[in-house]
Amino acid sequence: MKIAITAKGNNLDSELDETFAHCEYFLIIDLDTSEFEAIENPAKDALGGSGMQAVKIVSDKGIEAVIAGNVGPNAFKSLKDSGIKVYITVPQKVKDVLEEFKKGNLKESDNSTIHFGVIK
Amino acid sequence: MIISVASGKGGTGKTTVAVNLALSLAENSLAVRFLDCDVEEPDAHIFLKPKIELTKQVGIPVPEIDESKCSYCGKCSEVCEFNAIVVINPAKDSKEKNSSTASREVKKKVLTFYELCHGCGGCSLFCPQEAITEVDREIGVVEGGKSRGIDFFQGRLNIGEPMAVPLIRKVKQYADNNKITIIDVSPGTSCPVVESVRKSDFCILVTEPTPFGLNDLKLAVEVLRKLKIPFGLVLNQFDIGDEKVYNYCNEEKVPLLLKIPFDKRIAVAYSKGIPLVKELPEYKEKFWGLYKRIRKESQIE
Repeated sequence: MKIAITAKGNNLDSELDETFAHCEYFLIIDLDTSEFEAIENPAKDALGGSGMQAVKIVSDKGIEAVIAGNVGPNAFKSLKDSGIKVYITVPQKVKDVLEEFKKGNLKESDNSTIHFGVIK
Repeated sequence: MIISVASGKGGTGKTTVAVNLALSLAENSLAVRFLDCDVEEPDAHIFLKPKIELTKQVGIPVPEIDESKCSYCGKCSEVCEFNAIVVINPAKDSKEKNSSTASREVKKKVLTFYELCHGCGGCSLFCPQEAITEVDREIGVVEGGKSRGIDFFQGRLNIGEPMAVPLIRKVKQYADNNKITIIDVSPGTSCPVVESVRKSDFCILVTEPTPFGLNDLKLAVEVLRKLKIPFGLVLNQFDIGDEKVYNYCNEEKVPLLLKIPFDKRIAVAYSKGIPLVKELPEYKEKFWGLYKRIRKESQIE
Protein backbone atom coordinates (compact mmCIF):
# COMPACT_ATOMS: atom_id res chain seq x y z
CA MET A 1 0.00 0.00 0.00
CA LYS A 2 1.27 3.44 -0.93
CA ILE A 3 0.47 6.62 0.93
CA ALA A 4 1.26 10.33 0.50
CA ILE A 5 2.34 12.59 3.35
CA THR A 6 2.71 16.35 2.90
CA ALA A 7 6.15 17.54 4.05
CA LYS A 8 8.20 20.71 4.38
CA GLY A 9 11.33 18.89 3.18
CA ASN A 10 12.25 15.99 0.94
CA ASN A 11 12.95 13.32 3.58
CA LEU A 12 11.32 11.51 6.48
CA ASP A 13 12.99 13.80 9.04
CA SER A 14 11.11 16.79 7.65
CA GLU A 15 8.15 18.35 9.39
CA LEU A 16 4.65 17.61 8.19
CA ASP A 17 3.46 20.44 5.92
CA GLU A 18 0.10 21.57 7.14
CA THR A 19 -1.74 22.28 3.92
CA PHE A 20 -2.25 19.60 1.34
CA ALA A 21 -2.53 21.73 -1.81
CA HIS A 22 0.21 24.23 -0.94
CA CYS A 23 2.73 21.90 0.70
CA GLU A 24 6.41 21.96 -0.27
CA TYR A 25 6.79 18.23 -0.96
CA PHE A 26 4.67 15.14 -1.30
CA LEU A 27 6.42 12.13 0.19
CA ILE A 28 5.13 9.00 -1.49
CA ILE A 29 5.82 6.07 0.79
CA ASP A 30 5.37 2.41 -0.04
CA LEU A 31 4.53 0.71 3.24
CA ASP A 32 5.27 -2.77 1.87
CA THR A 33 8.78 -2.05 0.58
CA SER A 34 9.59 1.03 2.74
CA GLU A 35 10.66 2.80 -0.46
CA PHE A 36 9.90 6.46 -0.67
CA GLU A 37 9.92 9.22 -3.25
CA ALA A 38 9.82 12.99 -2.69
CA ILE A 39 7.91 15.09 -5.24
CA GLU A 40 8.27 18.85 -5.14
CA ASN A 41 4.83 20.46 -5.33
CA PRO A 42 4.66 22.58 -8.51
CA ALA A 43 1.40 24.18 -7.33
CA LYS A 44 2.56 25.32 -3.91
CA ASP A 45 2.23 29.00 -4.83
CA ALA A 46 -0.73 28.69 -7.21
CA LEU A 47 -3.74 30.87 -6.53
CA GLY A 48 -6.52 28.60 -7.69
CA GLY A 49 -7.06 24.97 -8.48
CA SER A 50 -3.93 23.85 -6.64
CA GLY A 51 -5.96 21.27 -4.73
CA MET A 52 -6.92 19.56 -7.98
CA GLN A 53 -3.34 19.55 -9.17
CA ALA A 54 -2.20 18.03 -5.89
CA VAL A 55 -4.83 15.32 -6.17
CA LYS A 56 -3.63 14.55 -9.68
CA ILE A 57 0.01 14.29 -8.60
CA VAL A 58 -0.61 11.92 -5.72
CA SER A 59 -3.31 9.84 -7.41
CA ASP A 60 -1.05 9.23 -10.41
CA LYS A 61 1.30 7.50 -7.96
CA GLY A 62 -1.34 4.95 -7.10
CA ILE A 63 -1.65 5.94 -3.46
CA GLU A 64 -4.50 4.79 -1.22
CA ALA A 65 -4.25 7.38 1.55
CA VAL A 66 -3.21 11.00 2.10
CA ILE A 67 -1.97 12.37 5.41
CA ALA A 68 -1.86 16.15 5.84
CA GLY A 69 -2.54 18.89 8.37
CA ASN A 70 -5.39 20.36 6.35
CA VAL A 71 -7.19 19.45 3.14
CA GLY A 72 -9.35 21.97 1.27
CA PRO A 73 -12.92 21.20 0.19
CA ASN A 74 -12.35 20.53 -3.53
CA ALA A 75 -9.32 18.35 -2.93
CA PHE A 76 -11.10 16.52 -0.15
CA LYS A 77 -14.07 15.76 -2.35
CA SER A 78 -11.84 14.53 -5.19
CA LEU A 79 -9.86 12.23 -2.90
CA LYS A 80 -12.98 10.86 -1.25
CA ASP A 81 -14.87 10.33 -4.49
CA SER A 82 -12.05 8.31 -5.93
CA GLY A 83 -11.72 6.18 -2.79
CA ILE A 84 -8.48 7.67 -1.46
CA LYS A 85 -8.61 7.92 2.33
CA VAL A 86 -7.74 11.20 4.06
CA TYR A 87 -6.09 11.44 7.47
CA ILE A 88 -5.60 14.73 9.29
CA THR A 89 -2.96 15.11 11.95
CA VAL A 90 -1.00 17.73 13.91
CA PRO A 91 2.46 19.17 13.05
CA GLN A 92 5.26 16.70 13.80
CA LYS A 93 8.05 14.93 11.97
CA VAL A 94 7.00 12.85 8.98
CA LYS A 95 8.62 9.70 10.40
CA ASP A 96 6.53 10.09 13.56
CA VAL A 97 3.40 10.56 11.45
CA LEU A 98 4.32 7.37 9.65
CA GLU A 99 4.75 5.46 12.91
CA GLU A 100 1.39 6.69 14.17
CA PHE A 101 -0.23 5.65 10.92
CA LYS A 102 1.31 2.18 11.00
CA LYS A 103 0.09 1.68 14.58
CA GLY A 104 -3.39 2.62 13.41
CA ASN A 105 -3.53 5.69 15.66
CA LEU A 106 -4.65 8.12 12.95
CA LYS A 107 -8.36 8.51 12.37
CA GLU A 108 -9.80 8.78 8.91
CA SER A 109 -11.30 12.20 8.31
CA ASP A 110 -14.72 12.61 6.78
CA ASN A 111 -14.74 16.39 6.53
CA SER A 112 -12.68 19.00 4.78
CA THR A 113 -10.77 21.09 7.31
CA ILE A 114 -10.46 24.40 5.53
CA HIS A 115 -12.64 26.44 3.28
CA PHE A 116 -10.22 28.49 1.20
CA GLY A 117 -11.38 26.86 -1.99
CA VAL A 118 -14.61 27.34 -3.82
CA ILE A 119 -17.51 25.39 -2.45
CA LYS A 120 -20.48 24.54 -4.61
CA MET B 1 -16.46 57.32 -26.68
CA ILE B 2 -16.06 54.89 -23.79
CA ILE B 3 -15.26 56.26 -20.34
CA SER B 4 -14.73 53.81 -17.50
CA VAL B 5 -14.81 54.73 -13.83
CA ALA B 6 -12.54 52.64 -11.64
CA SER B 7 -10.54 52.77 -8.43
CA GLY B 8 -8.12 50.57 -6.60
CA LYS B 9 -9.86 51.08 -3.30
CA GLY B 10 -13.51 50.28 -2.69
CA GLY B 11 -16.00 52.83 -1.43
CA THR B 12 -14.27 55.87 -2.85
CA GLY B 13 -17.20 57.06 -4.97
CA LYS B 14 -16.98 55.31 -8.34
CA THR B 15 -20.71 54.88 -8.67
CA THR B 16 -21.33 58.46 -7.52
CA VAL B 17 -18.99 59.80 -10.20
CA ALA B 18 -20.26 57.44 -12.92
CA VAL B 19 -23.95 58.11 -12.25
CA ASN B 20 -23.63 61.89 -11.96
CA LEU B 21 -21.42 62.17 -15.01
CA ALA B 22 -24.00 60.17 -16.99
CA LEU B 23 -26.88 62.34 -15.74
CA SER B 24 -25.02 65.58 -16.48
CA LEU B 25 -24.26 64.47 -20.03
CA ALA B 26 -27.85 63.35 -20.61
CA GLU B 27 -29.10 66.74 -19.40
CA ASN B 28 -26.88 68.36 -22.00
CA SER B 29 -28.72 66.27 -24.63
CA LEU B 30 -25.86 63.89 -25.30
CA ALA B 31 -26.67 60.27 -26.06
CA VAL B 32 -25.49 58.30 -23.03
CA ARG B 33 -25.20 54.60 -22.34
CA PHE B 34 -24.49 53.37 -18.83
CA LEU B 35 -22.97 49.93 -18.18
CA ASP B 36 -22.72 48.71 -14.61
CA CYS B 37 -19.90 46.17 -14.83
CA ASP B 38 -19.57 45.84 -11.07
CA VAL B 39 -21.46 42.58 -11.50
CA GLU B 40 -20.89 41.28 -7.99
CA GLU B 41 -22.54 44.32 -6.49
CA PRO B 42 -24.30 46.41 -9.14
CA ASP B 43 -25.71 49.44 -7.38
CA ALA B 44 -25.97 52.23 -9.95
CA HIS B 45 -29.60 51.18 -10.49
CA ILE B 46 -30.39 52.48 -7.01
CA PHE B 47 -29.66 56.01 -8.23
CA LEU B 48 -30.72 55.72 -11.86
CA LYS B 49 -33.87 53.67 -11.17
CA PRO B 50 -34.15 52.25 -14.70
CA LYS B 51 -37.21 50.43 -15.96
CA ILE B 52 -35.78 46.99 -16.82
CA GLU B 53 -37.09 45.82 -20.19
CA LEU B 54 -34.52 43.23 -21.16
CA THR B 55 -33.23 40.26 -19.18
CA LYS B 56 -30.79 37.80 -20.70
CA GLN B 57 -29.39 34.72 -18.99
CA VAL B 58 -25.64 34.41 -19.35
CA GLY B 59 -23.87 31.09 -19.12
CA ILE B 60 -20.48 29.60 -19.85
CA PRO B 61 -19.83 26.23 -21.49
CA VAL B 62 -18.58 23.61 -19.04
CA PRO B 63 -17.60 19.99 -19.75
CA GLU B 64 -19.92 17.06 -19.22
CA ILE B 65 -18.11 13.75 -19.26
CA ASP B 66 -19.51 10.48 -20.51
CA GLU B 67 -17.47 8.07 -18.41
CA SER B 68 -18.62 5.11 -20.51
CA LYS B 69 -16.52 6.52 -23.36
CA CYS B 70 -13.64 7.78 -21.19
CA SER B 71 -10.29 5.99 -21.29
CA TYR B 72 -8.91 7.95 -18.31
CA CYS B 73 -5.96 9.09 -20.43
CA GLY B 74 -5.86 12.41 -18.58
CA LYS B 75 -5.53 14.62 -21.68
CA CYS B 76 -8.42 16.89 -20.58
CA SER B 77 -6.85 17.46 -17.20
CA GLU B 78 -3.46 18.15 -18.81
CA VAL B 79 -4.79 20.92 -21.06
CA CYS B 80 -6.88 22.58 -18.35
CA GLU B 81 -5.02 25.68 -17.21
CA PHE B 82 -7.31 26.07 -14.19
CA ASN B 83 -7.34 22.48 -12.91
CA ALA B 84 -11.08 22.24 -13.37
CA ILE B 85 -10.81 18.57 -14.35
CA VAL B 86 -8.96 15.88 -12.44
CA VAL B 87 -8.55 12.38 -13.80
CA ILE B 88 -7.82 9.80 -11.15
CA ASN B 89 -6.12 6.80 -12.68
CA PRO B 90 -4.25 4.75 -10.08
CA ALA B 91 -3.25 2.17 -12.69
CA LYS B 92 -0.96 4.69 -14.38
CA ASP B 93 1.93 4.13 -12.01
CA SER B 94 1.64 0.36 -11.82
CA LYS B 95 2.94 0.09 -15.38
CA GLU B 96 6.40 1.19 -14.33
CA LYS B 97 6.50 -0.54 -10.96
CA ASN B 98 5.41 -4.04 -10.07
CA SER B 99 1.65 -4.37 -10.14
CA SER B 100 1.38 -5.48 -6.51
CA THR B 101 1.56 -1.84 -5.48
CA ALA B 102 -1.47 -1.00 -7.59
CA SER B 103 -4.36 -0.03 -5.40
CA ARG B 104 -7.46 -2.17 -5.31
CA GLU B 105 -9.73 0.24 -3.51
CA VAL B 106 -8.98 3.40 -5.47
CA LYS B 107 -11.32 3.89 -8.42
CA LYS B 108 -10.64 5.44 -11.79
CA LYS B 109 -12.59 8.65 -11.95
CA VAL B 110 -13.00 11.98 -13.71
CA LEU B 111 -13.95 14.90 -11.48
CA THR B 112 -14.99 18.31 -12.74
CA PHE B 113 -15.04 21.53 -10.76
CA TYR B 114 -17.32 23.91 -12.59
CA GLU B 115 -16.44 26.92 -10.45
CA LEU B 116 -12.86 26.67 -11.70
CA CYS B 117 -13.82 26.24 -15.38
CA HIS B 118 -13.31 29.32 -17.57
CA GLY B 119 -15.25 27.77 -20.46
CA CYS B 120 -12.41 27.61 -23.01
CA GLY B 121 -13.51 24.27 -24.47
CA GLY B 122 -9.97 22.85 -24.56
CA CYS B 123 -10.90 19.63 -22.79
CA SER B 124 -13.58 18.61 -25.28
CA LEU B 125 -11.33 19.61 -28.20
CA PHE B 126 -8.47 17.41 -27.04
CA CYS B 127 -10.46 14.40 -25.79
CA PRO B 128 -9.44 11.49 -28.07
CA GLN B 129 -12.54 9.50 -27.08
CA GLU B 130 -15.00 12.33 -27.75
CA ALA B 131 -16.32 11.69 -24.28
CA ILE B 132 -16.78 15.37 -23.44
CA THR B 133 -19.69 17.55 -24.47
CA GLU B 134 -20.16 21.14 -23.43
CA VAL B 135 -23.20 22.20 -21.45
CA ASP B 136 -24.22 25.69 -20.45
CA ARG B 137 -23.81 26.73 -16.84
CA GLU B 138 -25.67 29.90 -15.89
CA ILE B 139 -23.51 32.45 -14.09
CA GLY B 140 -25.79 35.49 -14.06
CA VAL B 141 -27.97 37.84 -16.09
CA VAL B 142 -27.63 40.98 -18.17
CA GLU B 143 -30.44 43.47 -17.68
CA GLY B 144 -31.22 46.53 -19.72
CA GLY B 145 -33.65 49.41 -19.64
CA LYS B 146 -34.12 53.16 -19.84
CA SER B 147 -33.58 55.74 -17.17
CA ARG B 148 -33.87 59.52 -17.56
CA GLY B 149 -32.87 59.33 -21.21
CA ILE B 150 -29.94 57.03 -20.47
CA ASP B 151 -29.65 53.53 -21.96
CA PHE B 152 -28.94 51.44 -18.91
CA PHE B 153 -27.35 47.97 -18.76
CA GLN B 154 -26.07 45.96 -15.85
CA GLY B 155 -24.72 42.50 -15.12
CA ARG B 156 -25.88 40.60 -12.08
CA LEU B 157 -23.68 37.68 -11.11
CA ASN B 158 -25.33 34.75 -9.33
CA ILE B 159 -24.67 34.72 -5.60
CA GLY B 160 -21.56 32.72 -4.73
CA GLU B 161 -20.43 32.65 -8.37
CA PRO B 162 -16.70 33.33 -8.80
CA MET B 163 -16.62 33.64 -12.60
CA ALA B 164 -17.33 37.35 -13.21
CA VAL B 165 -15.35 38.00 -16.39
CA PRO B 166 -17.59 36.17 -18.92
CA LEU B 167 -20.59 38.12 -17.61
CA ILE B 168 -18.71 41.44 -17.80
CA ARG B 169 -17.84 40.60 -21.40
CA LYS B 170 -21.56 40.20 -22.17
CA VAL B 171 -22.43 43.52 -20.52
CA LYS B 172 -19.70 45.20 -22.52
CA GLN B 173 -21.24 44.02 -25.78
CA TYR B 174 -23.69 46.86 -25.20
CA ALA B 175 -20.94 49.49 -25.26
CA ASP B 176 -21.69 51.90 -28.10
CA ASN B 177 -18.94 54.02 -29.59
CA ASN B 178 -21.44 56.35 -31.21
CA LYS B 179 -22.79 57.31 -27.83
CA ILE B 180 -20.95 58.19 -24.67
CA THR B 181 -20.66 54.89 -22.86
CA ILE B 182 -19.92 55.15 -19.17
CA ILE B 183 -18.74 51.99 -17.43
CA ASP B 184 -18.97 51.55 -13.68
CA VAL B 185 -16.15 49.18 -12.72
CA SER B 186 -15.70 47.01 -9.63
CA PRO B 187 -12.97 48.05 -7.17
CA GLY B 188 -9.51 46.50 -7.16
CA THR B 189 -7.09 45.56 -9.90
CA SER B 190 -8.02 41.95 -10.66
CA CYS B 191 -9.38 40.26 -13.81
CA PRO B 192 -12.90 41.79 -13.62
CA VAL B 193 -11.35 45.27 -13.50
CA VAL B 194 -9.04 44.59 -16.43
CA GLU B 195 -11.95 43.21 -18.47
CA SER B 196 -14.18 46.19 -17.57
CA VAL B 197 -11.71 48.95 -18.45
CA ARG B 198 -10.28 47.24 -21.54
CA LYS B 199 -10.79 49.28 -24.74
CA SER B 200 -11.91 52.38 -22.84
CA ASP B 201 -10.93 55.67 -24.44
CA PHE B 202 -10.40 57.10 -20.99
CA CYS B 203 -10.52 55.89 -17.42
CA ILE B 204 -11.47 58.01 -14.42
CA LEU B 205 -9.82 56.85 -11.22
CA VAL B 206 -11.62 57.83 -8.05
CA THR B 207 -9.82 57.93 -4.75
CA GLU B 208 -9.64 59.69 -1.40
CA PRO B 209 -6.56 61.37 0.13
CA THR B 210 -5.79 58.64 2.65
CA PRO B 211 -2.91 56.14 2.88
CA PHE B 212 -5.26 53.37 1.72
CA GLY B 213 -6.57 55.51 -1.10
CA LEU B 214 -3.03 56.27 -2.25
CA ASN B 215 -1.79 52.68 -1.99
CA ASP B 216 -4.63 51.34 -4.12
CA LEU B 217 -4.43 54.28 -6.54
CA LYS B 218 -0.84 53.34 -7.31
CA LEU B 219 -1.89 49.78 -8.12
CA ALA B 220 -4.70 51.00 -10.38
CA VAL B 221 -2.33 53.41 -12.17
CA GLU B 222 0.04 50.51 -12.87
CA VAL B 223 -2.77 48.50 -14.44
CA LEU B 224 -3.91 51.38 -16.67
CA ARG B 225 -0.38 52.14 -17.81
CA LYS B 226 0.05 48.50 -18.79
CA LEU B 227 -3.22 48.61 -20.71
CA LYS B 228 -2.21 51.96 -22.29
CA ILE B 229 -5.47 53.64 -21.33
CA PRO B 230 -5.32 57.40 -20.67
CA PHE B 231 -6.56 58.28 -17.21
CA GLY B 232 -7.06 61.04 -14.68
CA LEU B 233 -8.07 61.37 -11.07
CA VAL B 234 -11.21 62.44 -9.27
CA LEU B 235 -10.41 63.11 -5.65
CA ASN B 236 -13.35 62.51 -3.37
CA GLN B 237 -13.53 64.00 0.13
CA PHE B 238 -10.47 66.02 -0.89
CA ASP B 239 -10.54 68.18 2.25
CA ILE B 240 -9.78 65.32 4.66
CA GLY B 241 -6.74 63.05 4.91
CA ASP B 242 -3.22 64.06 3.96
CA GLU B 243 -1.11 65.53 1.14
CA LYS B 244 0.38 62.31 -0.17
CA VAL B 245 -2.10 61.71 -2.99
CA TYR B 246 -1.44 65.27 -4.27
CA ASN B 247 2.31 64.71 -4.11
CA TYR B 248 1.97 61.43 -5.95
CA CYS B 249 -0.11 63.06 -8.71
CA ASN B 250 2.50 65.78 -9.13
CA GLU B 251 5.38 63.35 -9.30
CA GLU B 252 3.64 60.91 -11.61
CA LYS B 253 1.91 63.61 -13.69
CA VAL B 254 -1.54 62.20 -13.06
CA PRO B 255 -4.05 64.91 -14.04
CA LEU B 256 -6.40 65.88 -11.21
CA LEU B 257 -9.75 66.29 -12.98
CA LEU B 258 -12.20 67.07 -10.20
CA LYS B 259 -12.27 67.51 -6.45
CA ILE B 260 -15.38 66.67 -4.41
CA PRO B 261 -15.48 67.91 -0.80
CA PHE B 262 -16.41 66.01 2.34
CA ASP B 263 -19.97 67.32 2.60
CA LYS B 264 -22.73 65.96 4.79
CA ARG B 265 -25.38 66.95 2.20
CA ILE B 266 -23.74 64.55 -0.29
CA ALA B 267 -23.86 61.72 2.23
CA VAL B 268 -27.51 62.40 3.07
CA ALA B 269 -28.55 62.38 -0.61
CA TYR B 270 -26.52 59.22 -1.19
CA SER B 271 -28.17 57.43 1.71
CA LYS B 272 -31.57 58.18 0.17
CA GLY B 273 -30.54 57.02 -3.30
CA ILE B 274 -30.80 60.55 -4.71
CA PRO B 275 -28.13 61.42 -7.32
CA LEU B 276 -25.87 64.27 -6.26
CA VAL B 277 -26.75 66.43 -9.29
CA LYS B 278 -30.44 66.23 -8.41
CA GLU B 279 -29.92 67.25 -4.80
CA LEU B 280 -27.15 69.80 -5.39
CA PRO B 281 -27.63 71.19 -8.93
CA GLU B 282 -24.34 73.12 -8.81
CA TYR B 283 -22.64 69.77 -9.44
CA LYS B 284 -24.13 69.55 -12.95
CA GLU B 285 -21.66 72.19 -14.03
CA LYS B 286 -18.80 70.41 -12.26
CA PHE B 287 -19.50 67.06 -13.95
CA TRP B 288 -19.94 68.78 -17.31
CA GLY B 289 -16.54 70.35 -16.69
CA LEU B 290 -15.19 66.88 -15.89
CA TYR B 291 -16.41 65.63 -19.25
CA LYS B 292 -14.82 68.54 -21.12
CA ARG B 293 -11.57 67.95 -19.29
CA ILE B 294 -11.67 64.24 -20.23
CA ARG B 295 -12.15 65.10 -23.90
CA LYS B 296 -9.11 67.31 -23.70
CA GLU B 297 -7.01 64.77 -21.84
CA SER B 298 -7.91 61.95 -24.18
CA GLN B 299 -7.31 64.30 -27.15
CA ILE B 300 -10.65 63.69 -28.81
CA GLU B 301 -11.99 66.96 -30.15
